[in-house]
Amino acid sequence: MFKKELPTVPKSKLKSSVQRSLRQSLLTTYPLLNRYIDEILPKKGSLEAMKLPDRYTLYVLDSQPLFFQIDTDTLLPHLKLVHRFPAGFPSIRIDRGAIRFVLSGATLMAPGLTSAGGRLPSGAGGDEGMDEEERWTRELEKGEPVVVRAEGKMEACAVGLLVEGTKEVKEKGKGPVIEEAHYLGDGLWKLSTD
Amino acid sequence: MVDTEQTDAPSEPQGRHVTYCGVCTLPPEYCEYGGTVKKCQDWLQKAHRPLYDRIWSPEALEAATASLSVEAQKRAAKDAQKKAAQAEKAEQKQADRMANSVITIKRVERNKRKFVTAVSGLEAFGLDLKKVAKEFGKKFATGSSVTKVPSGGEEIVVQGDVSDEIEEFLLEKYKDIPEDNIELVDDKKKKGAAAG
Ligand SMILES: [Zn+2]
Repeated sequence: MFKKELPTVPKSKLKSSVQRSLRQSLLTTYPLLNRYIDEILPKKGSLEAMKLPDRYTLYVLDSQPLFFQIDTDTLLPHLKLVHRFPAGFPSIRIDRGAIRFVLSGATLMAPGLTSAGGRLPSGAGGDEGMDEEERWTRELEKGEPVVVRAEGKMEACAVGLLVEGTKEVKEKGKGPVIEEAHYLGDGLWKLSTD
Repeated sequence: MVDTEQTDAPSEPQGRHVTYCGVCTLPPEYCEYGGTVKKCQDWLQKAHRPLYDRIWSPEALEAATASLSVEAQKRAAKDAQKKAAQAEKAEQKQADRMANSVITIKRVERNKRKFVTAVSGLEAFGLDLKKVAKEFGKKFATGSSVTKVPSGGEEIVVQGDVSDEIEEFLLEKYKDIPEDNIELVDDKKKKGAAAG
């Protein structure tokens, strides 16, 4: 969704009521961020918005990109936020072979996740998080936001919305899983937020 | 890195600090997917030796290829080659563009003995005008902003006559700009012309 370079746009300060409601909806979407929220959005901090093409808005604090959304749809974390707080976001893992496709903006397909190097959730339940096998403990639903990690890499490489639940991905083993992701090196990644 | 087993309301900052590549901006473990691998490696080796050793050690490289089939390895290698060639071409193009571009620093008399300095042509050198305008403002403690010019482009207008200082600053800070590619112009108002 950010295949092209984005224009530099001005930042505008958000009213504190808007900041409060964004904070709330961030916590609703990502309950695991609860313990980090004061670090992500300090009480005295001033959140700013950048209006991007195609009805996207990027939210920035002290020049650090935090999250973005289309209109008022689901808030998605900027990858730099994911890198700061990886434990705050449900994730899946692609195998090494799929990395270069994802980084060129291709749709993430099921085989990159069902192969030996890929990791889909275990669905085992219990405390939500990642198990020793690097599988998320909860199955993720269609439409949920998800972070994409990569085999052999420490840092996440993409984030997007699931167009298929993880359980269905395992069952079918084919078809698109995430479309229109934000990925390392895309226009959003390169956008200057200074 | 970070201990994820902490209890709620930690008092210490929990955010990790990730190093990003000074060349391609990605986490260095992903440099292999850009077209500037060689440059990225040089940078990382100088800037973050331990990280360089971890990412580019023979063991790490072997682990990286071991999990790919021979077919996939071949395709990846071909892809990398293509990317490198593209990056090289883009670099050459940018180098040509820079060699043939001129930055104009123009002293403009606004009123009697009131000057502004207009700087144009910076974008050809890959500079972000807004950022540079901010730098000028800070450096010379004066007003500095990006304005549209009638011909369609943009230029930076700095309050005061700071032509020489700007030239010096640019040459000092942005080593890519050759001195010959900066020209200083004096736009004198004709006598009697209305002040603008
Ligand atoms: Zn790099």
